[in-house]
Amino acid sequence: MTDTRFPTPERIPIEDHPFFHGFDAGFLHRVGAAAEERTFAADEFLFHEGTPARAFYLVQEGKVALEIGAGGGPPLTIQTIGAREVIGWSWLVPPHRWRFDARALKPTRLHSIDAAALRAAIDADPLQGYRLLRRLVPVLAERLEMARLQVLDVHRR
Amino acid sequence: MSTVDSAVPAGGVPPNPWLPRPFRVEERVAETGDTVTLCLRPEDGTAPPPFAPGQFNMVYRFGVGEVAVSISGDPARPEELRHTVRAAGKISESLAGAAPGETVGVRGPYGTGWPMERLAGRDVVVVAGGLGLPPLRPALLEILAHRERYGRLEVIYGARSPPDLVYYDEVQTWRRRSDLRIQVTVDAAGREWYGDVGLVTARLPDARFDPPRTGALLCGPEIMMRLTARALEQAGVPADRIFLSMERNMKCGIGSCGHCQFGQSFVCRDGPVFPYSALRDRLDRREI
Ligand SMILES: Cc1cc2nc3c(=O)[nH]c(=O)nc-3n(C[C@H](O)[C@H](O)[C@H](O)COP(=O)(O)OP(=O)(O)OC[C@H]3O[C@@H](n4cnc5c(N)ncnc54)[C@H](O)[C@@H]3O)c2cc1C
Ligand code: FES
Repeated sequence: MTDTRFPTPERIPIEDHPFFHGFDAGFLHRVGAAAEERTFAADEFLFHEGTPARAFYLVQEGKVALEIGAGGGPPLTIQTIGAREVIGWSWLVPPHRWRFDARALKPTRLHSIDAAALRAAIDADPLQGYRLLRRLVPVLAERLEMARLQVLDVHRR
Repeated sequence: MSTVDSAVPAGGVPPNPWLPRPFRVEERVAETGDTVTLCLRPEDGTAPPPFAPGQFNMVYRFGVGEVAVSISGDPARPEELRHTVRAAGKISESLAGAAPGETVGVRGPYGTGWPMERLAGRDVVVVAGGLGLPPLRPALLEILAHRERYGRLEVIYGARSPPDLVYYDEVQTWRRRSDLRIQVTVDAAGREWYGDVGLVTARLPDARFDPPRTGALLCGPEIMMRLTARALEQAGVPADRIFLSMERNMKCGIGSCGHCQFGQSFVCRDGPVFPYSALRDRLDRREI
């Protein structure tokens, strides 16, 4: 069995992030090998809407704003994502393009997992892939619930 | 105003619960574009009645109508009656427009209020959405005035957008305190906002409390309270210690007219504060 307690320099210990708690060591090893640490300064963009979604991000520290263009007006932040949370699912769903801009609100450190390698790892191990989807669905559900409340404009009945 | 003056009984006569007592607007503070805080004093110079956190008054704008408004003042200083009103319809709009020196009618306080005694010795989680903060402010002030009686205090305050946040300055002073933690989040914001954007429920994992020994106070849009109550229960907070303040249109405020019926309860008499354990089924059904 692979020893996951002592990560080699070329492997990011993604299991330290709550999103990857409880996955099989082999899967963690494979996915961790496709991960790298990245840092962003305040106001620096992680990615822009419409560009290829080439990574899945695990936020380690800091805060990231997801922004959408508001019909020609100034951009609108629709969600912020902080430590122990993850960014996006566009990397999983064709056409694999980001649906929003992501901007660091303060110095932010994250683990970026290569999307193609992650998709390949999921395809190669459907059980772990299913587990990953089950972790991702609540992220989607929260975004949906949020969008629903934004549409209902519940604070202004 | 003779009709109003004659409504005030001379010394010793028990007050008629239907008759509003005239109060003068001492101060009017604009909170947001559509929300103001009115500071009121009885015109006859006597003290306003004491109130419990979470109670409300029926506030009357003469010639326009009467609405239920939560008391947002300090329960230790009932002489300063405070109401925060959002211009949402005809009556509230007129009330929010009341200028210093003008007269409004007040009857109350009514309702059950927050069960502060059930929070003693416990961690307290307070979740306010939008205009849910004013009814929770007296509870917060009471906890802060007797801080040793309670465990940790976690406040989560959500609003539609940054300009919709009420009590901005006071929230900033709370942020600087070490004996409470407050997280502020909005539904959407422009680039100038560097705070959190998202549901109040998304802030719960960052709140520090011990679920089995926690009591929670929730006030805000019903859907927000429902999602929050569910999340708290899932985290392990007992449903009978999660309290929600319900809003229903009111007429009499004293359990006589049935206007505020909510299932088997009258919100004015049996509420507005109810434990989640008593509401869960009703909340999940529409049109009750
Ligand atoms: C226990 C309790 C505590 C409360 N505490 C507070 C408080 O602290 N502060 C506060 O501001 N309110 C509070 N309320 C709410 C308050 O009692 C009123 O319901 C609220 O102010 C609206 O009353 P209104 O008569 O002005 O509006 P209504 O006429 O009843 O209108 C209410 C809604 O209808 C819409 N509406 C009104 N007129 C029109 C129209 N012509 N066309 C389209 N839509 C319309 C409004 O946009 C609004 O959404 C509380 C209620 C309860 C039950
Ligand atoms: S408002 Fe009349 S019964 Fe509640």
